[in-house]
Amino acid sequence: MQPGALSTFLKRGAIWGFIVLELIFFTVAGEFLSLSEKAFMDVDNMLLLFKQSAPIGIIAMGMTIIMINGNIDLSVGAIYALSAVILLDSMTWPVFAGLGDWVIPVGWLLALLTGLVLGALNGLIVWKTGVDAFIVTLGAMLGYRGLVFMYNGEQPTSHLNWTLVDFAEAQVLGLHTATWFLLLVTAAIWFLMNRTVHGRNAYAIGNNREAAVNAGIRVGPHMMINFMIVGFLAALSAVVFYSESGSVNPNDGELYELWVITAVVLGGTKLTGGAGSILSTFGGVLAIQLLRKGLSHIGADTETVNLVIGLILIAVLFLDRQLNVKGKEELKI
Amino acid sequence: MTDPTPALRLEDIVKTFPGVRALDGVSFSVMPGEVHALMGENGAGKSTLMKVLGGILQPNEGRIIINEEPAVMSGPLDAKAKGIVFIHQELSLADELSVAENIYLGELPRKRFGLVDWPRLEEKTNAILGKLKVGFDARTRVGDLSIANQQMVEIARALTVDAKAVIFDEPTASLTDAEKVVLFDVIADLRAHGVGIIYISHRMEEIFKITDRISVLRDGQYRGTLNTAETNEEEVTQLMIGRKLDLSRNASHHELGDVALEVRNLSCGRLYHDVSFEVRRGEVLGFYGLVGAGRTEIAETLFGLRTPSAGQIRLDGQETRITSPADAIGKGISLVPEDRKTQGLVLGMNCRDNMTLPQVDDLTAGPFVADGAEIAIFDQYRDRLDIRTPGWKQQVGNLSGGNQQKIVIGKWLSMHPNVLIVDEPTRGIDVGSKSEIHKLVRDLAAQGYAVIVISSEMPEVLHVSDRIVAMYSGRIIRTFTSEEVTEDNLIQAISGIGEKVA
Repeated sequence: MQPGALSTFLKRGAIWGFIVLELIFFTVAGEFLSLSEKAFMDVDNMLLLFKQSAPIGIIAMGMTIIMINGNIDLSVGAIYALSAVILLDSMTWPVFAGLGDWVIPVGWLLALLTGLVLGALNGLIVWKTGVDAFIVTLGAMLGYRGLVFMYNGEQPTSHLNWTLVDFAEAQVLGLHTATWFLLLVTAAIWFLMNRTVHGRNAYAIGNNREAAVNAGIRVGPHMMINFMIVGFLAALSAVVFYSESGSVNPNDGELYELWVITAVVLGGTKLTGGAGSILSTFGGVLAIQLLRKGLSHIGADTETVNLVIGLILIAVLFLDRQLNVKGKEELKI
Repeated sequence: MTDPTPALRLEDIVKTFPGVRALDGVSFSVMPGEVHALMGENGAGKSTLMKVLGGILQPNEGRIIINEEPAVMSGPLDAKAKGIVFIHQELSLADELSVAENIYLGELPRKRFGLVDWPRLEEKTNAILGKLKVGFDARTRVGDLSIANQQMVEIARALTVDAKAVIFDEPTASLTDAEKVVLFDVIADLRAHGVGIIYISHRMEEIFKITDRISVLRDGQYRGTLNTAETNEEEVTQLMIGRKLDLSRNASHHELGDVALEVRNLSCGRLYHDVSFEVRRGEVLGFYGLVGAGRTEIAETLFGLRTPSAGQIRLDGQETRITSPADAIGKGISLVPEDRKTQGLVLGMNCRDNMTLPQVDDLTAGPFVADGAEIAIFDQYRDRLDIRTPGWKQQVGNLSGGNQQKIVIGKWLSMHPNVLIVDEPTRGIDVGSKSEIHKLVRDLAAQGYAVIVISSEMPEVLHVSDRIVAMYSGRIIRTFTSEEVTEDNLIQAISGIGEKVA
């Protein structure tokens, strides 16, 4: 074994260990505290868990590459809401009246395009102005959310298409449609980051931007592509979720950016960029959803759930820091 | 020497890390009023020893004795309180605060209710600054000072306590020659006041100029102490590496090829003016000058990082404009930058990925990166450059300086450049690796590369170059052939004294 292999293993495996811990805890605690007769680790319950992880999870995959690249995107929640509005509303537009159920792919396309364009706009501003991504996307978060409210005021935008609902509620090989999307996105992003030039360069830029420039890597286009990917995935997440629910409130998706970032960070991606793993983000997403589900299983209310997740996030990052200290070489600060 | 009490004595210090005996029974002592050099290759244990001394690491065995009293350092603050003060290579100052605030950071004089006693702070600071004879006062914002003056602030900070021993760690790394003189005056002054000084540096000329004794570490072991007056560079080097470093003048003469790069009347704002030179295939062109003379800026222009304000660049006779590093790389120009850690390497990535970074675009199978092709390139250059690493998966950050530099060089060689620019090829690299890098640069020229070497070390420039461009204040003063050049006329040229020849 190479030196450091053990700690690397611990770091990589930490999030999965945490998930196992959660499962054990909630199973045992559920025996005593749960009001329902059903066991926590019930198959249906677990399948539902995956499905419920999808909206945050799909966006988290995009956020992981943004953060590995050394940026951050706070506007994903607003992009999610705006794409949802476009999805549902476009299906009622008179122009598409004659299309029948073919309006579904058109609505999807428009929604995804919305995400792609908004993401591209974020990326372009970050690239061309050189303003920090945090500030740019903070502005975008407010701006895009403003667009959502301008669209329909405080009113929800609703449209139910039963073909669409059937599709969204379908289960293939036992897994829900949303779960399949989450898995496909995870696999695609994993390949992107681990097997393609774009992924390699994104890591390099996040780790040492100057060296990347000196190696002839064009930083701007890579960043812009990543913003487009995360915008697209925010829209895809909306498409998956609202195909089923059929109604979007103007403040839907608020705080999503923070949940997404929580999942990514829990999965071990560094805020400073250059390091992170897609699979660990997947673990981070599951861990949060498990926690929410488990706490409600044992009868805790929403407020308690948020408090506990907050505390755990800090505790996990503290542990990670302890594991990261290389021997005792690191300075005591 | 009579038998005065050492200001600081280390006895049989042992420090082990898992699998490594970083310090293996190191003992030495510093007398009051002595400048004691501590030398050794990178990895010899100097840094570890200093961390032990500064309380950052605790030794497994051995004792630290200050003024005949055994001391245990619990941390950097404790070490300072006991009179052990460090002047680090990297400065740790708050740019936005004043000189006075920086000097007394953490121990500002106070009035009642915890308010800062500004008049007293200023008075105390100016008293110390007066001793150092510096040209700024307590209220100056530290960010407005030059690097050399910032270092003076660090030194002033050291003088706020009753220092028994001051440790200088590579203090001249970023200083110009004039600034060095000031620093050496300060060191002489400290020594006159009976402070013991430990001076860590790779630069032999400095060591021989200012130190009284030289202690050498190799592989974590103490190798002996020499009286500076009774020894020479060769003996010290031999003690450090167990063999001799060849810095004889470049003697190899092979056939030169065509002109690969020609620069005519190139200017870039106030950075450099009217610069003209050419490099042939098979030739090493050295650039020598003081820090700030414009050498690095010329390299950056050739690599597309700066836009020239006037003049022409010709590659193989064709006039060209270089708009970005990507463009430069495409046109066959490669730059091994001055600071490999911040500009050359992605420290968090492995050896192979670093080596193939500029060409990973071309190493694809369909949409995916071709692992096999990458490993083949890595293996080829690892063997050719003798890069010592456990394997391509090793993170570059874990390699020694010399091997890191070889990774950067290998990265560019694998791109088959026409012109290879190497800025400070051996900065922060130990003596043994230095001669390997020098040989490598010569070999590359012999293989037909056009090589530009920028260096602040005269022996290095003289050793590797076929011709030497001497720069002063943004201008080329003279271009020497290796027959013409002497240490004297080179120094004159770069200090702006020499005659002006186009």
